[in-house]
Amino acid sequence: MTYKIDRRDLLKVSGAMVAGLAAPTILRAQTSTIKVGVIEPLTGNLAYNGTQSAAGAKFAAEAINAAGGIKSMGGRKIELVIVDAQSRPESAAAGVDTLVQAGACAFTGATASALGLASSQAAAKYNLAQVFSIGTAETVVSRGLPNVFRFTPGVNKCTSVALENLKLLNQGAGNVVKTAAIVHEDGPFGSNMAKILAEQLPKQGIEVVETISHPTPQRDFSNIALRVKASKADILIPSNYLNEYTLMARALNQQRVELKAIYSILGGAASNIKFVRENNEVAQYVMDCNHWYDPTKDESKALAAKVAEAKLDMTYDIMVSYATIQVIADALERGASDDRQKMIEALAASTFDKSIMPYGATKFVNGDNVNSQPVNTQIRGDKIELVFPKQYASAEAVFPIPAKK
Amino acid sequence: MSSLIIPAVLSGLMMGAVYALVALGLTLIYGVLHIINFAHGSLLMLALYAAYFLWYHLGIDPYLAIPIVLPVFFALGYALQRGLIAPMSSGSEQNVLLITLAVSMIVDNLALYFWTSNTRTADIAYAYDTVEVLGAFLPLGRVIAFCAALAVAPLLWCFMAYTRTGSAIRAVAIEKRGAELVGIDVNHTYAVCFGIGTACVALAACLLLPTFYITPQVGYTFVLVAFTTVVLGGMGSLPGALIAGLLLGVIESLCGLFLGESLGQIGIFLAFILILLFKPSGLLGRAR
Repeated sequence: MTYKIDRRDLLKVSGAMVAGLAAPTILRAQTSTIKVGVIEPLTGNLAYNGTQSAAGAKFAAEAINAAGGIKSMGGRKIELVIVDAQSRPESAAAGVDTLVQAGACAFTGATASALGLASSQAAAKYNLAQVFSIGTAETVVSRGLPNVFRFTPGVNKCTSVALENLKLLNQGAGNVVKTAAIVHEDGPFGSNMAKILAEQLPKQGIEVVETISHPTPQRDFSNIALRVKASKADILIPSNYLNEYTLMARALNQQRVELKAIYSILGGAASNIKFVRENNEVAQYVMDCNHWYDPTKDESKALAAKVAEAKLDMTYDIMVSYATIQVIADALERGASDDRQKMIEALAASTFDKSIMPYGATKFVNGDNVNSQPVNTQIRGDKIELVFPKQYASAEAVFPIPAKK
Repeated sequence: MSSLIIPAVLSGLMMGAVYALVALGLTLIYGVLHIINFAHGSLLMLALYAAYFLWYHLGIDPYLAIPIVLPVFFALGYALQRGLIAPMSSGSEQNVLLITLAVSMIVDNLALYFWTSNTRTADIAYAYDTVEVLGAFLPLGRVIAFCAALAVAPLLWCFMAYTRTGSAIRAVAIEKRGAELVGIDVNHTYAVCFGIGTACVALAACLLLPTFYITPQVGYTFVLVAFTTVVLGGMGSLPGALIAGLLLGVIESLCGLFLGESLGQIGIFLAFILILLFKPSGLLGRAR
């Protein structure tokens, strides 16, 4: 028996065979995940912040996947590749190799500028985009690396916005604050901040009557509290880390220092719910200008519920990390590709305006999101409330703070 | 500034008492065992966590936790010397140094792994209470620590001078072989001494908790000053450790007031250098 195959049959059979052979690939392409990296310090000195940030990224990936994944890519889900930066720059840089081997298309991280500087430098070799969660040092964006995208504000913007907000708050209160004391740690963070404040506060009509630097660690703040008290400053502007901030707040209380406000900028403790919980009495009314989400958004409320369910503290690490994964997901959605170069292009053109942060539409200029902004928070009871700007506020600012009875 | 001198001296004395409390155990261990215990800071950190967890989970006040924490840390110190340091050092002081350093690194990293670098503070009701002395407001917790240091140093001295165990410890410190010949169990005495030193640091931790924070690195905050206190007071001298601790507290406080807090700690090390130059045996130490 002989079969005759004509041209049409041959085309049909060939077509069927090609479709049959290709089917698993197409299915795999539709179901395979998109790898997104997370480099955070899960161990070492920054472990608390890093773990919180990693949790924020996980919550974001879960929410995006639950909402149908990346729709322009056939609903592909995001899979996080989480790497421990061990609180060391060299480990953060080495983590980039792990991400590249795993096939990550972009990554977020890395809690501290020193870590992020190292990881982004290493990632530049691979054309791998890093969307910074926290990286306040201006060198993050001043190096001109095309793979760097800082979503949150840097130290210059935080300081200028904080001073502007202070001016508005003070004006609203009838300019009750006329003198300031600055207490700062003597490292680059505190010293630079103190220098900017000493230059800018007099322009607002606030005289700096005392500037006190201290080392880290500082075991006793009694003398510092006494000097602040003797200066009769209306407001205290501290720039130090959590441990010192805690001791300072206690010493101020013990030495009965009367202030109209304690106003931090990127404060180590004032936006930390643990500080609020463990030092509730002395924490009341402390104000901070820092990274914080927009608590009025539905997605923010959903995140807060998830965080509470997971019995985690709601810190800004979680918020900004969540938001950076949102930015990456948006770039994937618009670019419809997980190619590394296409991700850089999509991020550079980002106009994303649906993040949980109180920002305008994303606009990266030389890698810096010019529409990001810090906000003012204030400790009230057992909560950290957003008090300024008013359109995002969850509570009215109390400024100046009520006199102690 | 002059109105701040008396409060600064008083708060220096309060802080100095904490230095003295941390240094008492260190000087005891050095004076008898000739062990420079690099794990002292780590043991302080462990004791702080022990007191903290007793307060946090069981609601036991840090001062009431002293009868629980002290015996536990005495046993820990005893076991550390008897089960680890003594068998591994083979009598070599260099080995002891390395072993205590290794213990310190292991303990610190385990603490970091299990408890993370997260700062903890005990929000105890009286943590903000103060006592007014000569117009200065002194934190109640520090005043209690000061009184405890004034009581504990003489008590320890009396223990060493008038009890059989104290005599045995002194005998071992002076002439180990001679002590062995008269029937003293040297290994047991060494371990008891290490245990007492560790219990002292546990006492310091319980007294420190109401006024300080805890992290796995907290031991380093005090241990360097404690070593300076021991040298300044005279190696192995309990009254010397007390006087040196108080002196360093005042020096640090006044230097901080007049030179700025960043330079305050220079005073401590300046005093250290001067004492090494002019009285190397320390304030109350015996010249060797």
